[in-house]
Amino acid sequence: MTEPISDLLRFATVGSVDDGKSTLIGRLLVDTRQLFDDQLEAVATASAKRGVGDLDLSFVTDGLRAERDQGITIDVAYRYAATPTRKFVIADCPGHVQYTRNMATGASTADVALVVLDATKGLKEQTRRHLCIAALLGVRNVIVAANKMDVAKWDEAVYLAVVEQVNEVSARLGFTSSVVIPVSALAGDNVVDPGFMANWYQGPTVLQALEAAPAGSWASSSSGARLPIQWVLRQHGGGRTYAGMVNGGEFTVGQEVTLMPQGVKTVLKAINGPRGGLEVALPGLSVDFDLTDETDAGRSDMLATAPLPTSTNEFEATICWFSDKPLVDGARLRLKHTTRSTPVRVTGIAGTLDVGTLEVGPASEIVLNDIGLVHLATAEPIVVDDYRDNRVTGSFILIDEVTNATVAAGMIGHANFL
Amino acid sequence: MSTPNHPQIDHLDLLESHAIFIIREVVAECERPVLLFSGGKDSAVLLHLAVKAFAPQKLPFPVMHVDTGHNFPEVLAYRDERVATLGLRLEVASVQEAIDQGRVPDPGPLGMRNQLQTRALLDGIEKHKFDAAFGGARRDEDKARAKERVLSFRGAFGGWDPKSQRPELWQLYQGKVNSGENLRAFPLSDWTELDVWNYIRRENVPLPSIYFAHERPVLKRDNMWLAVGEFIHPQHGEVVERHLVRFRTVGDASCTGAVRSGADTLDAIIAEISVTNVSERGATRADDRFSETAMEDRKREGYF
Ligand SMILES: Nc1nc2c(ncn2[C@@H]2O[C@H](COP(=O)(O)OP(=O)(O)OP(=O)(O)O)[C@@H](O)[C@H]2O)c(=O)[nH]1
Ligand SMILES: [Mg+2]
Repeated sequence: MTEPISDLLRFATVGSVDDGKSTLIGRLLVDTRQLFDDQLEAVATASAKRGVGDLDLSFVTDGLRAERDQGITIDVAYRYAATPTRKFVIADCPGHVQYTRNMATGASTADVALVVLDATKGLKEQTRRHLCIAALLGVRNVIVAANKMDVAKWDEAVYLAVVEQVNEVSARLGFTSSVVIPVSALAGDNVVDPGFMANWYQGPTVLQALEAAPAGSWASSSSGARLPIQWVLRQHGGGRTYAGMVNGGEFTVGQEVTLMPQGVKTVLKAINGPRGGLEVALPGLSVDFDLTDETDAGRSDMLATAPLPTSTNEFEATICWFSDKPLVDGARLRLKHTTRSTPVRVTGIAGTLDVGTLEVGPASEIVLNDIGLVHLATAEPIVVDDYRDNRVTGSFILIDEVTNATVAAGMIGHANFL
Repeated sequence: MSTPNHPQIDHLDLLESHAIFIIREVVAECERPVLLFSGGKDSAVLLHLAVKAFAPQKLPFPVMHVDTGHNFPEVLAYRDERVATLGLRLEVASVQEAIDQGRVPDPGPLGMRNQLQTRALLDGIEKHKFDAAFGGARRDEDKARAKERVLSFRGAFGGWDPKSQRPELWQLYQGKVNSGENLRAFPLSDWTELDVWNYIRRENVPLPSIYFAHERPVLKRDNMWLAVGEFIHPQHGEVVERHLVRFRTVGDASCTGAVRSGADTLDAIIAEISVTNVSERGATRADDRFSETAMEDRKREGYF
């Protein structure tokens, strides 16, 4: 078990189209003074040009011409912010169902999901889909902004209805915390400044919730230490070291490590980090290892400590499918897992998730934006952990062999709610 | 969880390691990578990281300078010094050559050449059959950049299609391209301007001298201080003044503005940037002021 640095929180906005994600992020950045004068001016000019008021806050992150013309987010915008308490990496994701793959991109590295929903409309199907994807990706903490409370006239009953819906889904999906905040992103109530319209609400603002949320959960893991080998470095004098980025846990000089999938045991002789020799290599560091014994290790092999990962050719996985062309039983693709790419075949489709009922039902194919359970067989063995134990060694992508497009996000094993 | 024998890692360590990881992935997956080296601070950091990623081996790929022909002499000298010291292979993709050969229209001796860089870049990539080009671009630089993947897929024409980017999940960087297509790889995607300067200070990354405060003749044009020299002459009524300035970015000498500053050390620069009200590009790039989506438009045409 490792706890990475906690002064940096990565979060992604999720939720259905037009519910106010970008407006909320714009509001958050403007009210915490993260924007430079020229950037703020440019947003004002672009707003005036399109006749959408003095300052369309969604334009802070909706930076593409098409996004501004259509008033919709198309792809994730990454923004970096810092308050006196902590640093933030913000991924403002699109809500439209057509761009679900981009939402998955933004959420795949998030510690926390900032769920934005239109309080007057409640939890829509697309919001539920996003919540499912976030939960599958391993997000455990959600902060829910019940937005557009100005439209709801700050009616507490509207807020309470949202709380009830959120609590129900949250319990099913296994979120450990889900605070619901009544918000007007447009007017700025309860985003950074407290909302004076809701005297019945005593909870945190969005910013307070973000500052209190546990950071670094993305990289936390319950597996042993892992080093997927990226590259073999030739040392002066003829030796070799094995380069990669550590995940899962820490390695220590003198420790016994196992080369996978070969299953060969050896001892870690020395660790080189970006700034020189190290006794201990922590997760997230790029290092190269000198080993005591000669091995035939190369790119796509893995060095690991106990509990060891599994070397396998056949496994069960959960996937989010991103291609217009449905995935059928028997399909052949390429799979990239850590530093290994190998041909893969679908040997069975166990079912797909109905995001409305949160039940898995039988399916003969997996269509665009579906979440499916599959059996896969790879040409070469891959060295895996369950995704719940380690997000690096438990994740993979599927690639179309002709176009090279990334067509699926895959997770080894399945979540409890599936 | 910090014990004496238990080193902590900080934000810069993680950014550094992530960038090294990206560089190694791209080199492992692509056939012919190249690093775009402008002599600016971001490409200086990128080069520093690339050297670290493969030490003690030599850099397993060349660097390419997209040369607009409008250079600050200090930057050219810096480029050549780096190439010699690190034993790099340097390719130059020359805008002047593209003009001379008629591949692009001649904007005249003082015309802005940033638009023409794209052609020279694409021709350079094609000539050397590069399938991946590392760039020092960061997402905090511009609103279109904020939307781009770490690995940006570019089709046969080198253009960016922001409406159909490849999903990029976790840290699984997927660099497969078909022949004629290429990738742009941005290992500094998640770095901010301040991260770059803090890293330069921590690692003692050498920089061209014009990043530090110095006195020089400048003139004010479009609300920007431009360095008077080979490519900038005063026009109708413009007054040449001498000021203490430094450059916050380094680009084409005919359109990169200086900022008035007395910051002549890294500490002073970092202190200044920490409290500034103006963005890096807003302060210094004339080419981004023409239209709302200048950067996006250039990227669609193949710019990095
Ligand atoms: N009345 C009211 N309108 C809001 C509020 N927040 C957002 N809006 C409006 O809702 C519309 C959609 O806002 P966006 O921020 O673009 O929504 P989004 O969730 O980012 O949409 P996508 O990114 O396309 O999924 C805009 O017209 C906003 O002005 C709010 O608190 N109150
Ligand atoms: Mg949006």
